[in-house]
Amino acid sequence: MSTLARKKGVGAVIWDYLTTVDHKKIAILYLIAGGIFFLLGGLEAMIIRIQLAVPNNDFISAGFYNEVLTMHGTTMIFLAAMPLVFAMMNAVVPIQIGARDVAFPFLNALGFWLFFFGGVFLNLSWFLGGAPDAGWTSYASLSLASPTHGIDFYVLGLQISGFGTLIGGINFLVTIINMRAPGMTYMRMPMFTWATFVTSALILFAFPPLTVGLIFMMMDRLFGGNFFDPALGGNTIIWEHLFWIFGHPEVYILVLPAFGIFSEIFATFSRKRLFGYSSMVFATVLIGFLGFMVWAHHMFTVGMGPIANAIFAVATMAIAVPTGIKIFNWLFTMWGGSIRFTTPMMYAVAFIPSFVIGGVTGVMNATAAADYQYHDSYFVVAHFHYVIVGGVVFALLAGAHYWWPKMFGKMLDEKLGKVTFWLFFIGFHLTFFIQHFLGLMGMPRRVFTFLPGQGFETGNMISTIGAFFMAAGTIVLLANVVITTVKGKRVGNDPWEDGRTLEWAVSSPAPEYNFAQTPLVRGLDAYWIEKMEGKKGLTPAEPLGDIHMPNPSILPFVISLGLFVAAFGFLFHNDHAWGTPVGVVGLLITLGAMFFRSIIDDHGFHIHKEEVMEAEKKGAGA
Amino acid sequence: MANHTHVQNPKVDVQYRRKKNAEEMKHQIVSFTLMIFLTLIAFFAVGYEGFSAWFSVPFILLLAVVQVIFQLYYFMHMSHKGHELPALFLYGGVVVAFVTIWAFLTVVWI
Ligand code: HEM
Ligand SMILES: [Cu+2]
Repeated sequence: MSTLARKKGVGAVIWDYLTTVDHKKIAILYLIAGGIFFLLGGLEAMIIRIQLAVPNNDFISAGFYNEVLTMHGTTMIFLAAMPLVFAMMNAVVPIQIGARDVAFPFLNALGFWLFFFGGVFLNLSWFLGGAPDAGWTSYASLSLASPTHGIDFYVLGLQISGFGTLIGGINFLVTIINMRAPGMTYMRMPMFTWATFVTSALILFAFPPLTVGLIFMMMDRLFGGNFFDPALGGNTIIWEHLFWIFGHPEVYILVLPAFGIFSEIFATFSRKRLFGYSSMVFATVLIGFLGFMVWAHHMFTVGMGPIANAIFAVATMAIAVPTGIKIFNWLFTMWGGSIRFTTPMMYAVAFIPSFVIGGVTGVMNATAAADYQYHDSYFVVAHFHYVIVGGVVFALLAGAHYWWPKMFGKMLDEKLGKVTFWLFFIGFHLTFFIQHFLGLMGMPRRVFTFLPGQGFETGNMISTIGAFFMAAGTIVLLANVVITTVKGKRVGNDPWEDGRTLEWAVSSPAPEYNFAQTPLVRGLDAYWIEKMEGKKGLTPAEPLGDIHMPNPSILPFVISLGLFVAAFGFLFHNDHAWGTPVGVVGLLITLGAMFFRSIIDDHGFHIHKEEVMEAEKKGAGA
Repeated sequence: MANHTHVQNPKVDVQYRRKKNAEEMKHQIVSFTLMIFLTLIAFFAVGYEGFSAWFSVPFILLLAVVQVIFQLYYFMHMSHKGHELPALFLYGGVVVAFVTIWAFLTVVWI
């Protein structure tokens, strides 16, 4: 919390977070909400693994299995991984570029609340007739036939949270383009900022196809449309294309920030400049671009024909080249460095072999002819968990440990951190390595049980045991968070002592205004340069003065709440007379809040020079 | 970049700016006239019996592209300095969308 804040009651703190437009507090909101959804998705994963531990199990029914499976995938991708990535971006990027906040603080809050209400809406399906059950890809041929309202919750919930993501992405684009401190040229931006930049561009181009697909699906399911119904002249394959035109870039939206996080960690704990910085930037941009040309590799078995399959296969394999460039750059960053094996560094080192395995199976999947064998088998499940867990989740855990002191002012316990790491690392490989072989032996994915005597027993049991290791790791992490919060010691600006980028030059947590004086950036790794010249702080680019800040506002919350209410109304408008009126009221709430936002003049406020000096004396020198 | 410092010396600027504005106004009027003219041609191409759809559809698409370019460069000031990034993103989006649709038309056939 800001050094200006006084001790506050619980109510005031809650109100503070409901109305905040400060990127650091929004980061904490994303972290908490994303963390809770991560636990929920994890719980669903445990249910899946328990059901599959032994053949012919009846721990849960087939129908319920489909719901749990669908919600696991949907929750993990949209409600856990995405917001946790946004948590890292919000916590770090504005400070890394020497800015006082993002370009549009109000929109930043709006993005969070849209995601939050979308996620809550989706999960309420559990209590209102049943969750979606057509897989996280929700192929139209399945989802149009689903009898419950589950799919409608999926469609409307993802639509709302998708708006939030799109807003967040645009905000970061504008921020990085316009708000860099003097001297911070594009080629001096830290690698995580670069990753955020490219990711945001991917969000900008990838989310609209999803929006369109979801609107079509909404029309078909709720308003009598026929976009995907072949009996009425529609085409069910269009959904698959729209979904994957979004879906493949989405996997890069998740993994590029992960690459960025690891790039920071490798450089910091090797105490070396990132090897091949410019080739890293180039590779990131190239991956982002190629990511749009490969969507149909998810549809090799749909029957597009040999020419389409061949073209998409080759395009997919091409992405392995820039990815390989990155892997070698990380290895060379460690080469000859004086390496410290802190918890974040252990995740980073473990990430390299894990992700390479995922990449290799990716290229195997991309071989279209061979994919006829792999498709819809546990081999694919193993592949994408190697990239998503071995890449994205490792990165989020690493980033959480790395930036925890910057976000909360206290270091997570290193011993417990390493316990978490080992449990998670061993559990991860136990769970998913064996699944490659289950898949090759013919075990199909998305089935609720399997028969004895087909050779699947041992593999599935090992896989379930691995899942319990990961669960144990997560529990240790939670304990670590609680212990740190209660007992942890406050730390100074640069708790890892080897910080290179600007976020380590300000107090932990950063003051409300981030920088008392906007810094002058004199090269890549701006803070490291100053440290090497024996300076304690940054070179300021402006005299000390009053700092202009945006006012907090409850409107983002209200706008999102309105859409949440509207979604409820329209979801039930075919069953209940109150449906349409409730929907309209919801929309009016949203539009009304937007109207107020437009007509109320909000000039923000100033933190005066004297207050800043006072705060700096107390905080920044710590 | 973040800090544009507006060096403003009104006396020197005024004359230069007035000239610049007049020039711009001229461009806008010329392109506006051209755009109306192009629209008329498009209507004519569709209405004229002698042209088959194989000619008129690509033809009016071409006219549309020209109009978009006029719109972007003369009315939305994309030719001015400081618009490099919006241009990059616009063209990036155009390329991505084009390749996607092109793939559908040539190899995927939905
Ligand atoms: C090294 C680059 C990669 C290649 C070559 C690759 C290739 C592929 C291919 C061809 C498939 C389709 C398999 C099938 O359904 O038969 C697939 C599935 C998948 N990949 Fe990747 N991939 C790569 C990286 C990633 C990354 C970085 C992520 C996520 C962070 C990811 C997530 C997924 C997911 C979620 C699926 C399964 C989708 C589904 O059918 O439900 N992939 N990958
Ligand atoms: Cu893909």
